[in-house]
Amino acid sequence: MDGFLGTPLGHFLFVVAAILSITVPVLLGVAYLTYAERKVLASIQLRQGPNVVGPFGLLQPIADAVKLLMKETVIPSGANRGLFLFAPMLTFSLALIAWAVIPFGPGLVLADINVGILYLFAISSLGVYGIIIAGWASNSKYAFLGALRSAAQMVSYEVSIGFVIITVLLCVGSLNLSRVVEAQANLWFIVPLFPMFVVFFISALAETNRAPFDLPEGESEIVAGFFVEYSSMAFAMFFLGEYANMILMSAMTTILFLGGWLPPAEIAPLTWIPGPVWFGLKIAFCLFIFLWVRATFPRYRYDQLMRLGWKVFLPVSLVWVVLTAGTLKVMGWLPTGA
Amino acid sequence: MIVTLAFYAFAAVLIAAAAMVVLARNPVHAVLFLILAFFNAAALFLLAGAEFLAMILVIVYVGAVAVLFLFVVMMLDVNFTELREGFVRYLPIGAVVGIVLAAELLFIASVWSLSAEAPRLLAEPTPPGLDNTTALGRVLYTDYFYLFQASGVILLIAMIGAIVLTLRDRPGVKRQDVGAQTARRPQETLAMVKMRPGSGMIVIPKPETVRGTEREPLSEPTGHGGH
Repeated sequence: MDGFLGTPLGHFLFVVAAILSITVPVLLGVAYLTYAERKVLASIQLRQGPNVVGPFGLLQPIADAVKLLMKETVIPSGANRGLFLFAPMLTFSLALIAWAVIPFGPGLVLADINVGILYLFAISSLGVYGIIIAGWASNSKYAFLGALRSAAQMVSYEVSIGFVIITVLLCVGSLNLSRVVEAQANLWFIVPLFPMFVVFFISALAETNRAPFDLPEGESEIVAGFFVEYSSMAFAMFFLGEYANMILMSAMTTILFLGGWLPPAEIAPLTWIPGPVWFGLKIAFCLFIFLWVRATFPRYRYDQLMRLGWKVFLPVSLVWVVLTAGTLKVMGWLPTGA
Repeated sequence: MIVTLAFYAFAAVLIAAAAMVVLARNPVHAVLFLILAFFNAAALFLLAGAEFLAMILVIVYVGAVAVLFLFVVMMLDVNFTELREGFVRYLPIGAVVGIVLAAELLFIASVWSLSAEAPRLLAEPTPPGLDNTTALGRVLYTDYFYLFQASGVILLIAMIGAIVLTLRDRPGVKRQDVGAQTARRPQETLAMVKMRPGSGMIVIPKPETVRGTEREPLSEPTGHGGH
């Protein structure tokens, strides 16, 4: 077996199998995240939620997917055809390729690259293109307005996400995501860096265009924003991409602040549970907060959203970078790096 | 072998995309080709082993600068036929500028020589035992700290300049002032009025009304009791 894996073909097949073993669970997770969202929202609003298709409505996501597949793909006559179809593909593939560097357990990572965290940051900053291109190529006012809102919003919140990442990196001394998790073996970063965790989580909400920052698709003003002209599979790809991004942001939160695959404490019953399960549980917890926030808070006004990003989060995170760096230097806790 | 093939593939796409930036009729397409060119440049950096530079190129240029480009180009209402009108008229000037630049490049290339250190540095771009990010950090923040800070200050000045040029305070625009809102106290904004039943409401104008000056009176005295 080792001999076969050593050959180029064997290596290629192994990588393909590894990619599939990441993407298939992610896509299943997306499907059941939509189900969980509807169930959680329903419970919070004292309703039943989907309960007809299959036991407890568990087959509802599959029914929805089949319904979308059967629909007709409509391309508006004024649209720029190529870019119109390219945008959902871009959103969808960006949401998936980021998973290449996510460590699921000790050594369980597809690409263990040195600059993993920068890679994640780069990919998440590209997400805005799918939205801008969709808005422009649709040749529709609503779609364009949604795209402009989204672009401004995502660029604004990336800045504070960048500072949060810098703060974590200062405490780790490496850009490798596995090192980031291992550095939290004694203490999860959520404890010393709690304000940064809050800033990061709220920025993640804004970055994924989720409530209460879902202005780009604000259905009360601009119908459905950038994907108003999309139907069928193209719409489904946007949808999958958005939810995959939510899971990705939860995974980033888990890795940066909640200790990745590490159990909460090195005590017997907790250490029996394997790392990837812990990782999944923590992601599920973050996703629950995403849904909880959506059910609880009304939508922000656009100027308030910008104010929060530039006038609150940016100074706060900048001050925390300086504070963290100063504390680490003065106390001599600075990791030596490399 | 694969690395060489990948290099030529990325380099070819990079040059083709760069050419399309200039040749594309639609400015939005031009910006998208520019992004493609950035990506291929990042891939070339990766092939050269400079993974940090590759990621920074994607984050800074693709993730931020090109987004702003795209933003501006999409917002501009560009008339494509008008854009091409002056093409023939300006062609001689453009050609002269192009020839001068090409001549300068050729001139430089003819006297180009590598320093004696170059082969050694090429063979070993980072000191042994250091990854590329750490090596870059050492150079920027330890060896050339003051120059690095100076470049940061220059960028800051440019930013302040841009803000000064574009910032204008139009009068009459209503803005939310969160500080003023939270600083308000109930005593300043509320008045308890004793009402006799059926007497109607009389509004006593308050002395302190900075914001209230441009506003209409809140309520007219009405015949029936209160609102």
